[in-house]
Amino acid sequence: MTDTTLSSQESIFTSTAKDWSSDMTTFKGVPWGKAMMWIFLLSDTFIFTCFLVGYMVMRMTVTEPWPVASEVFALTVWGVSVPLLLIAIMTFILITSSGTMAMAVNMGYQRRKWAVFWLMVATAALGASFVGMQCFEWPKLILEGVRPWYNPMGAPQFGSIFFMVTGFHGLHVSVGVAYLLIVAIRVVRGKYDHTNFEIVEITGLYWHFVDLFVVRTEA
Amino acid sequence: MATEGQQHPIKIYFLIWLLLFVFSFFSYLVDYLDLQGNLRWFLIVVFMLLKAGFIVAIFMHMKWERFALIFGILLPPLALVVLMFLMAIESNYAWSSRVQYMGEDPAPKPKPPPHMDHGEHGEDKDH
Repeated sequence: MTDTTLSSQESIFTSTAKDWSSDMTTFKGVPWGKAMMWIFLLSDTFIFTCFLVGYMVMRMTVTEPWPVASEVFALTVWGVSVPLLLIAIMTFILITSSGTMAMAVNMGYQRRKWAVFWLMVATAALGASFVGMQCFEWPKLILEGVRPWYNPMGAPQFGSIFFMVTGFHGLHVSVGVAYLLIVAIRVVRGKYDHTNFEIVEITGLYWHFVDLFVVRTEA
Repeated sequence: MATEGQQHPIKIYFLIWLLLFVFSFFSYLVDYLDLQGNLRWFLIVVFMLLKAGFIVAIFMHMKWERFALIFGILLPPLALVVLMFLMAIESNYAWSSRVQYMGEDPAPKPKPPPHMDHGEHGEDKDH
């Protein structure tokens, strides 16, 4: 057997590295960065879904009153209280940013660097305004007396799950904004000229994923 | 091949973009019309899955990937569906024992948030 002679001559580190990096492609035709991003997103899906299952369990077991979302997230516009307006605006912002990101990926494969740059900057700006709205939402709830351990509207679990899940999601959006800006600048500087601009698609994957979860988080 | 990159007509992106707005509008409508009970959760989940499906399939190009990748990424989350079912059964049990043996209120009335509070719950605030 050639395999046994190989491993007896090399250190276990070298042989292990060779085994793991040997030329066996599972995801044929997929750049490695893209495959890795998908696998990262899969693991992130598990984390997010576990939080949401936790939310479901709290919601189903709690015997104290749960706050009515449409009242908590109502905004008063010109004297009229519109239910859930804040969430509607946030959803609108993120869907729009998903669209601009999809366009950026498309422009990337056409090698139109400045179009990619501006579309990515637009996406980042929309993401930043989303985080900005969270910065508006959190103090509003905190001033109303909501804490991770207490909630004046009833079940204290609302406070803990709300701050944890939106905080976790907000962190993802903030990291995404930084990631988008870094890639956008590198694209314009020509760091990816030798490639097919698949980095834009990889960044896009992350962004769409973050977008996916806003729908669930705010429900 | 996929190494060539995912190139598709721009038209489809605009179509999906529009669809996402339509779905969002409907799930907002569910809240606005204040639908309750099973219908509410059913509709919310349906619109959520539709949106997620279109984002993954079109925006994330999953539809055009090889089956090895689709299979590897979309199969494991089924474990999460199982977890969700198990936890739903468990919480149903926990809730019913809280109501049955600990004398908790099975249908508590939600309190309005402080900014909509007009005094009747004023004594609840601890400042």
